[in-house]
Amino acid sequence: MCLSVPSEVVALHPDEQAITVDTLGVRRKVSRHLLSDEIHIGDYVLIHIGFAMNKIDKEDALESLKLYREIAQKLEAENHD
Amino acid sequence: MTEPATGEMNSSLKLKSLYEGFRDADTIRALAARIGNEAKKLSAPLYIMEVCGGHTHTIMKYGLLGLIPDNVKFIHGPGCPVCVMPKERIDQAIALANMDDVILLTLGDMIRVPGSKGSLAQARANGADVRPLYDPLDALAIAKDNPNKTVVFFAIGFETSTPMTAVLLREAERAALPNLMFHINHVLVPPAIDAVMAEPATKVNAFIGPAHVSVISGAKIYRRAAEAHHTPVVVSGFEPVDVMESILRLVELKNHAESVVEVQYSRAVSEQGNLTAQALVDEYFEVRDSFRWRGLGPIPQSALKLRDKYAHRDAEIHFGDRLPVQEIDDHKACQCGDILRGLANPMDCKVFGRGCTPQTPLGSCMVSSEGACNAYYRYHGVQHVD
Repeated sequence: MCLSVPSEVVALHPDEQAITVDTLGVRRKVSRHLLSDEIHIGDYVLIHIGFAMNKIDKEDALESLKLYREIAQKLEAENHD
Repeated sequence: MTEPATGEMNSSLKLKSLYEGFRDADTIRALAARIGNEAKKLSAPLYIMEVCGGHTHTIMKYGLLGLIPDNVKFIHGPGCPVCVMPKERIDQAIALANMDDVILLTLGDMIRVPGSKGSLAQARANGADVRPLYDPLDALAIAKDNPNKTVVFFAIGFETSTPMTAVLLREAERAALPNLMFHINHVLVPPAIDAVMAEPATKVNAFIGPAHVSVISGAKIYRRAAEAHHTPVVVSGFEPVDVMESILRLVELKNHAESVVEVQYSRAVSEQGNLTAQALVDEYFEVRDSFRWRGLGPIPQSALKLRDKYAHRDAEIHFGDRLPVQEIDDHKACQCGDILRGLANPMDCKVFGRGCTPQTPLGSCMVSSEGACNAYYRYHGVQHVD
């Protein structure tokens, strides 16, 4: 029950305190009662048992992915030496 | 910086990158090479407890064990809410479900976990009205549609899930739904860490902290434990690259003798966590004096209960005289307790894979899909990264 999954916000339903999210093609409406941040379409959120728990920081995620790619490339370069 | 081969995530983030980018086999291998080099400097073996069953599954599913040097070991901790639920609490849920005019609601695998006389699933097969929920707020409609019945939400989970119960309670109050009640079993991670470390035989000297708990509670909840037990803690995401990076940091921190808390999963976890959620939990819950954990026994101040102000929604109070209270331990052959305490590995258990399988579980470590035994049963033998 514990794994929270990253999903993309695709629709807002302010009257119901809800948002619709897309998790790799699967769409569902979830509660946004726990979010204090403003939410826009295209944001990424973590979903846990029907609730959006928080926003995912896009800049931070991109920074991590960039760093990992550099690490992998460095290893590849070392292996070719 | 060279342009990425895929070209798809150099300037913007796609949902796919949040999955695939953090599962990349080349990155996993590169991190494994760095862990191998760094681990050569360790003066003693590193025993990392992954508190949460989600991390156990990542380690097993992606074959990470085979990539880690011999002097870095994993110990599987008590962070699975279904695994740590003592049988007597399940017996209470079954007693509630068997009452006339009660509908019992719960989440996840809880319905399959045996109490002392069967599971909630068996109670349902025998005629009790037990319903699994995927979203706690669905309880509102069920209570509204069944005004002549008492609907009891058997609430389980760590810090991650408690705010969802709080929202449900707030909405029940706002909608003036008198027939929605709660049996609260919300537990807390830091006291469980203290209980693990209080065990004289424990070898644990580092922790991978579950990210989703800290999404709500913030990284701050581990500060005291890290100092008190002289153990580094890295709050980690659940993708394999997240876990590998966290292992690397733990090895580095150990080599520098730093007992600090770091956040690997900084794309979602802050020091303070979700303050809206914390305020909600504080409004409706207070700490229990003690709660008995499966495998770990009673741990002081390790769980929550409803505040007195909301006693009218507390099923433990309302039905108190009709709920069984006898404490019940696990089957003697089952080593789930030792596994949750970090004293045994699933493979050490004599009944693992023989008398105890996911189809015929003896203990909750096997019945829960997040349990350590279940992860070992499903993925043991996985040696390669996809």
